[in-house]
Amino acid sequence: MSALEPHERSAVQNALDQYGDQPGPLLVVLHAIQDAIGYIPEAGIAAVAAHLNLSRAEVHGTMSFYHHFRHHPSARTVVQVCRAEACQARGGQALEEHDKQRLDCDFHHTSADGKVSLEAIYCMGNCATGPSIRLNGKLYSHVTPERFNSLLAQKVGS
Amino acid sequence: MSITVYVPKDSTAVSLGADDVVSELLQHAAGQIEIIRTGSRGMLWLEPLVEIATPAGRIAYGPVQAHEVKELIAAGMLQAAKHPKCIGKPEEHPFLKTQQRLTFKRVGIVDPTSVADYQKHGGYLGLKQALTMQPAQIVQCVTDSGLRGRGGAAFPTGIKWKTVLEQNQPQKYVTCNADEGDSGTFADRMLMEGDPLTLIEGMTIAALAVEATQGYIYLRVEYPESIVTVREAIAAAYKAGFLGDNIQGSGKRFDLDVRVAAGAYVCGEETSMLQSLEGLRGEVRVRPPLPAIKGLFGKPTIVNNVISLASVPIILEKGAEFYKNYGVGRSMGTIPLQLAGNIKHGGLVERAFGLTLKEAIYDYGGGSASGRPIRCVQVGGPLGAYIPPEQFETAIDYEALSATGALLGHGGIVVFDDTVDMAKMARYAFEFCAVESCGKCTPCRIGSTRGANVIDAMLNGQDYAAQRQLLDELLETMLQGSLCGLGGMTPFPVSSALKYFPEDFKPRQRPQ
Repeated sequence: MSALEPHERSAVQNALDQYGDQPGPLLVVLHAIQDAIGYIPEAGIAAVAAHLNLSRAEVHGTMSFYHHFRHHPSARTVVQVCRAEACQARGGQALEEHDKQRLDCDFHHTSADGKVSLEAIYCMGNCATGPSIRLNGKLYSHVTPERFNSLLAQKVGS
Repeated sequence: MSITVYVPKDSTAVSLGADDVVSELLQHAAGQIEIIRTGSRGMLWLEPLVEIATPAGRIAYGPVQAHEVKELIAAGMLQAAKHPKCIGKPEEHPFLKTQQRLTFKRVGIVDPTSVADYQKHGGYLGLKQALTMQPAQIVQCVTDSGLRGRGGAAFPTGIKWKTVLEQNQPQKYVTCNADEGDSGTFADRMLMEGDPLTLIEGMTIAALAVEATQGYIYLRVEYPESIVTVREAIAAAYKAGFLGDNIQGSGKRFDLDVRVAAGAYVCGEETSMLQSLEGLRGEVRVRPPLPAIKGLFGKPTIVNNVISLASVPIILEKGAEFYKNYGVGRSMGTIPLQLAGNIKHGGLVERAFGLTLKEAIYDYGGGSASGRPIRCVQVGGPLGAYIPPEQFETAIDYEALSATGALLGHGGIVVFDDTVDMAKMARYAFEFCAVESCGKCTPCRIGSTRGANVIDAMLNGQDYAAQRQLLDELLETMLQGSLCGLGGMTPFPVSSALKYFPEDFKPRQRPQ
């Protein structure tokens, strides 16, 4: 197991210092680490487990249960594409296919050039104006394949 | 004096460019205007909807694009001049005029995080009333109102509260399930972004009713804008003495916190949500014991959804009779419906129970966005049945929908036009169940993946009759044998698609 980088160590320590004494703190701590550095380093699990008096298996088991948490940094640009029914009813399936082709990767992977992470998401509550995506956290409505390309081009060039 | 301009900060409005509209307004009308960010009125096809305060009320323009702002100002928008984009007073728009907004009465009107504005519009009158009542009286009032869980289970809210009140325990909790991530539903989100203090007031009343001192809002990570707004509103409520250890000088204490969920659909199920709040895997717990008896950290706990809790303030303010007079039969009060998917006029319609699907989809929704015939609607999220047009006369109430084999769920109505492939939608229902299954029970964990395989085999024409029988047996097993609604209700969309659209399941040349 690799050791924690200094910035990872401080993110883990800050999260534990700030939230470790809350009731049922594990999710809160995991969120705080990921919010700080974008992922939860595998090497940080032991420290979290020790501090919260849990086993490493418990921390790993909880973390891996939730779609939101990740062990590795995402690419600089993250696209979350809604796969839920309301977006499908407005052309979401075609958008999904287009996005995978355009980025040449499947959901939960990163494009070959390493610039864009593609994520599936199931409903952002933007169901009357789909298809919807979030691009680096910003929500967009009425995303056609063409609009997807132009939004992406604004973020990553090409 | 500067002109007050209202622009929504609702995430749908922002996704359509509301923030850019604000920048343009500030650039072209600097010094003349004061901008207040509100929630959305719920006419989402008109977003971004810009409203101008006038002595005669607010006048709205929409949809306004950023590049149109300069021209609109030149055309006299800030003086509420006539313009093709002007829709007049929003409350007189046909979409809003016939609505019966109780829970959503302030959404789109108030500044969501201002306690002063909230009180100016009738906020905290319910709590004021509750502070004069005994806990049992508050519970009785909610029971008498006929309020049932708006999350889908439709369990009487007052009965749940009574059970919690009866537990003789020093520590009790009020939890709000704001992670009900049904596709096609956005009422929770709109309320949390547009009038979160109503939810906070409802939870405070719930706490008084059952003598709880700590509350949590378990909020979807997919709603980052809501998280920010609700947190700001909680801070504002603390500052104004509506949360904390001495609520409005009453000596009563209630603390409230947001806990962010982490993207597991199953955590919309109440016991799974409690596991998650405790920092565990969100696996479903076997009931009994009920959460009302042994809930969060093993203590008596109210688990209600956002809309149920946000409906409580007006019940306390105006009385059980007032609320009960809305609705039909055993479905009392109002229901915020959400018109979604392929719909021309998508948005939020709050009406007393009892209007028909047809009225919702056509009178309010204006039919499909594509202009093509509507083939079906899915009501109640990914676990809801697909309903064909022959049944659009069905009244929207819990019992009438159940009688057709459907369910109201969260009140989301997703419209599909005639290009929809129902075999794909059925397969998707299984796929979604497989992605989101917590894995605790076999029918859901394995049945979901097997279901998708069987549909593939049917479409490929591999021994169709046998596959079809297998599918029926599988659906029955999931329905009867799953621990919670995820596995237990996935059969609803699948069975309804098979029943009403069998032609879509015929073997195909190539696998889809």
